[in-house]
Amino acid sequence: MTDVLTPVLTDNWGDDRSWTLDSYAARGGYAALDKAFAMAPDDVITEVKESGLRGRGGAGFPTGMKWGFIPQDAATEAGRKPKYLVVNADESEPGTCKDIPLMMASPHTLVEGVIISSYAIRANQAFIYIRGEVLHVIRRVQRAVQEAYLAGHLGKNIHGSGFDLDVVVHAGAGAYICGEETALLEGLEGRRGQPRLRPPFPAVAGLYASPTVINNVESIASVPSIIEHGHGWFSSMGTEKSKGFGIFSLSGHVQQPGQYEAPLGITLRTLIDLAGGIREGHELKFWTPGGSSTPLLTAEHLDMPLDFEGVGAAGSMLGTRALQIFDDTTCVVRATLRWTEFYKHESCGKCTPCREGTWWLVQTLTALEKGQGSEADLDLLLDQCDNILGRSFCALADGAVSPIMSSIKYFRDEYVAHLTEGGCPFDPARSTAWAGQEVTA
Amino acid sequence: MTLAPNNGAPEKTDLVTLTIDGVQVSVAKDTLVIRAAEQVGVQIPRFCDHPLLAPVGACRQCLVDIPDAGNGRGFPKPQASCTLPVAEGMVVNTQATSPVADKAQQGIMEFLLINHPLDCPVCDKGGECPLQNQAMSNGRGESRFSAGGGVKRTYPKPINISAQVLLDRERCVLCARCTRFSEQIAGDPFIALIERGALQQVGIYEREPFDSYFSGNTIQICPVGALTSADYRFRSRPFDLVSSPSIAEHDSCGSAIRVDHRRGKVMRRLAGNDPEVNEEWITDKDRFAFHYATEADRLSYPQVRDALPDGGRGELRPASWPEAFAVAARGLQAAGATGVLTGGRITAEDGYAYSKFARVALGTNDIDFRSRPHSAEEAAFLAAEVVLRSTVTYADLETASTVVLVGLEPEDEAGTIFLRLRKATMHGTTRVVAIAPYATRGLAKMGGHLVRTAPGAEPAAIEALVQQGEYGVDSTAVILVGERLATVPGALSAAASLAAKTGARLAWVPRRAGDRGAVETGCLPNLLPGGRPVADAAARVDAAADWGVAHLPESVGRDADAIVAALGSGELGGLVIGGVDPDDTSDPAATRAAIAAASFVVALELRETDVTRAADVVFPVAPTVDKSGIFVTWEGRPRSFDAVFSSPSSLPDLRILAGIAEELGRPLGFRTIVEARAEMEEMGPWDGDRAVLTGFEARSARPSTTDGLAISTWKLLVDNGSMQDGDKAYRATGRGPVARVSTTTYDAHGPTVTLTGDRGSVTLPAEPADLDDDVVWLPANSFGNGVLADLASPGSRVSIAKGSDA
Repeated sequence: MTDVLTPVLTDNWGDDRSWTLDSYAARGGYAALDKAFAMAPDDVITEVKESGLRGRGGAGFPTGMKWGFIPQDAATEAGRKPKYLVVNADESEPGTCKDIPLMMASPHTLVEGVIISSYAIRANQAFIYIRGEVLHVIRRVQRAVQEAYLAGHLGKNIHGSGFDLDVVVHAGAGAYICGEETALLEGLEGRRGQPRLRPPFPAVAGLYASPTVINNVESIASVPSIIEHGHGWFSSMGTEKSKGFGIFSLSGHVQQPGQYEAPLGITLRTLIDLAGGIREGHELKFWTPGGSSTPLLTAEHLDMPLDFEGVGAAGSMLGTRALQIFDDTTCVVRATLRWTEFYKHESCGKCTPCREGTWWLVQTLTALEKGQGSEADLDLLLDQCDNILGRSFCALADGAVSPIMSSIKYFRDEYVAHLTEGGCPFDPARSTAWAGQEVTA
Repeated sequence: MTLAPNNGAPEKTDLVTLTIDGVQVSVAKDTLVIRAAEQVGVQIPRFCDHPLLAPVGACRQCLVDIPDAGNGRGFPKPQASCTLPVAEGMVVNTQATSPVADKAQQGIMEFLLINHPLDCPVCDKGGECPLQNQAMSNGRGESRFSAGGGVKRTYPKPINISAQVLLDRERCVLCARCTRFSEQIAGDPFIALIERGALQQVGIYEREPFDSYFSGNTIQICPVGALTSADYRFRSRPFDLVSSPSIAEHDSCGSAIRVDHRRGKVMRRLAGNDPEVNEEWITDKDRFAFHYATEADRLSYPQVRDALPDGGRGELRPASWPEAFAVAARGLQAAGATGVLTGGRITAEDGYAYSKFARVALGTNDIDFRSRPHSAEEAAFLAAEVVLRSTVTYADLETASTVVLVGLEPEDEAGTIFLRLRKATMHGTTRVVAIAPYATRGLAKMGGHLVRTAPGAEPAAIEALVQQGEYGVDSTAVILVGERLATVPGALSAAASLAAKTGARLAWVPRRAGDRGAVETGCLPNLLPGGRPVADAAARVDAAADWGVAHLPESVGRDADAIVAALGSGELGGLVIGGVDPDDTSDPAATRAAIAAASFVVALELRETDVTRAADVVFPVAPTVDKSGIFVTWEGRPRSFDAVFSSPSSLPDLRILAGIAEELGRPLGFRTIVEARAEMEEMGPWDGDRAVLTGFEARSARPSTTDGLAISTWKLLVDNGSMQDGDKAYRATGRGPVARVSTTTYDAHGPTVTLTGDRGSVTLPAEPADLDDDVVWLPANSFGNGVLADLASPGSRVSIAKGSDA
């Protein structure tokens, strides 16, 4: 069964002190660096383009193509400006848990990826923007960067290549919106994290109004393996349009939650089997393919290939492959309300539909969960979602309405049951991890 | 008699053709869809959008449907029309034709209202509120949020963000117009959005108020009632107000304003929209300083002073207009030679009347509008380089490569120029170079370059600009000289010579609204109306012919300082004085003494002052709200305005002068503003030779003594000026009086210093700044009776000592 897994990024996670440079180097770490330095920067971009690597932060934009947008023509003003690489390590999406374990277990994979990627886009300054709450991860990445400097992997004239690179590990201040790339840039520049108007796009005027590439941790960490093994190796995995491997984070009501690295296109049925199945005695009720911002799915989608196209065809999104698994003990209304409260708390406030809409959605959902109101309120809820979806400044608000719209789509009866029963028909204790273990005094 | 600014033909632009609601329209490239829609008569609702602020796309109220973006493909979702530039072939469907756009807009409106209080009945904005109006036009009648028992976000009602500006956070729709104005236009980012989500709010830094001379503009552009002024809050309802367009009377910028009044009382003033002058912004002085006209000491009837039986001076008593005219005429006749001081607050028509009154009725050229330190060089400069000329406009400030400021601090003395210069420098097209004693806050906001110059050393600094490579002056530059430069011998000549050598354009920027008009109408000892030089016999004959008199006085008259001296020495007996505060003059004590020494004084004033108390006849004059007139801007642009109120007992200066002249038997030939204006137009500008500026080459710039500190001073925008009386909240927004000294001086004397000059001594808090060690800067009229009365004479030096805090 485990032969379906393709451990690349996660391969060394079980090693003794895997996060140290010694451990990483013992496995041949930083070897891809010399291979990259032997190539022209444009060839590195071509290699990544041909591998078919698509952004692992959720949107799935082709990474090599993004790099190719950086103006390099010294005859133009933009081409003469300094270029920046910014790694988006502000992993905050509910359910998403891949970048943080990666940085904990193998920060050098990321650092090596940063060096190769910076070399490709000709950036001499890179930033790793890590969400502020995960102080232990910040420290670990800081230490890895320090080790890389001391070993000559960072700094001036790296490995005698003539290429200089400095890396700054930046701690965010704890705002979900800073996962949005332009809000992240605002935060990095020292301002309030709110998304910027586009155009200009970051590739032209990003950090400090200079050409900037912003990539997810997993995307950048995938680069060394592509350089090392070649684009053909990478594109041999995955599906036609979704190449390569990715970390699938299973959480919730499965026997063994965790990170499972597999080719894109794997099915949830396989992943649940790998995770030892659904919680004993229960059945899958609903799940999110890529965190709470992707419309939830049900057991009927168990055999759907988990790639960008497959999930898109089912009306959801692959997102960050954060598979939150909920079994039949879970009240979908309650879960949706919790997510919506998160979005209300995290709305940056810049635009009206997100700021005011989430404020109202929480109130409507709260009433529904308590069994107050009427079935017409469900239509009101859907109309609110319709007035938010696609009307907001950034995509955060679209994510906020996803759980509501999809849960009503699949579980309208359960919402109605709250109304007819005058409250939630579920016992919330039964969905907890300690259900059945209660000790009565 | 002044030249209208030369409006060049509009520039050709590339046009883009698109279809909005089925109507084809061609607009300039880069036009935003929201403004293109206005061209076809469709108003898309909006809150955050403002044509003079950078697009932000925050409120999302202006969503429209774009079935074709010009490339054959449409946007799947409605787009914000305030951030979307037009494209060739684009198809836009607004709420007028698209159910999708209409629903999107209604949805946003519903969201905006869920946290908005329903306090329209007590809200100042109610009746003129974009939220109220657009909720009616683009929203639903019933609140689904309230019907569902929704709970609104609430805050304590208004909090002060400055002494004048109050913030009601419940009403705020977070469009960020105010914060963007403060950052982008005024350069005073003392307000910012803080917190997040629905709790996002406008905030100030703890204990740091919203410190801006332009703060009132945020109130005006607020699309809801979130920002209000202490001055106007709860005073009236918009639908009870009558709005009259007018021109601001506080400086020479000629800003368009709107005066809102109710039952004969001004309730508030707003910025008018004039793209060529003030765009849509005014200073807080133009907005809030109007209560002076309704202060308790406003004069409302003429007064005459009876002689006591023993021949001594009696008390002033009320008199009828005819009696006062007769008494004034008799008194002036008996007094013999008479001087005329008009002040700088007069309209062009009143200036013309003073000018003609002096020449025709009194037979003298002893007339001067300059109630401030001045010089013969300045009078010559005005005759040679300023009158009838209109070489620089506001628009030119934006296209000039370099703008040199000498003797002018625009943020304090000409706020509209400051905003235009800041706009130009923010666009990166114009560089500002200031010849000034230190880098002011205003200069920093313009990213300007300081040529640090001690008072008196300006001529050398001006001359040095020719050779300067980095920030030098060439024919694409503009030189703005302030009225303060008159006190520096040779400085105005040096500026004129710099302009002549380089081809740079030169403009003179006075402080008061009537100054430039007074130059044009000949309220100077060396100029007749229309720029006719007194010394030019042909010009005198021309004016005499126009006026139907045999001849006009031939010799150049006395300037204000000389009039004061002549009154003191008895050479002059009579004085006609209007709108002059002795404390503004070169020598306040001498001016007061001259008024006391004059055998007969006729005062024309708005309010009771030291001058009216000493006068023999006092005439109340109309404030600008009671009369029509023309103010001529520093550019030479005539700005005419109509009377706001019809107040028959409130007479303009020219009607009073006409009355006296008729009693003197030498009538002016007009009694009304309309008649005066017609006569001015008929007389027209002088088409003969201009006066030439010679003989004022810079003398040794350094004064004889170098002991102590040289004083640099100017008036702050918000200060103790009498036309700013009556609004405590406004005055509290002023910058406190401080003495700025060099760091060395500051370290030597500490945070409080006592300055002693030849007229007295003052103790002020000190602040270090990048001044020369032997220079001190202090505000001219922010403490006591001002620098000239309480401290020192112009150009003199003061000693400094550690002040006692006790």
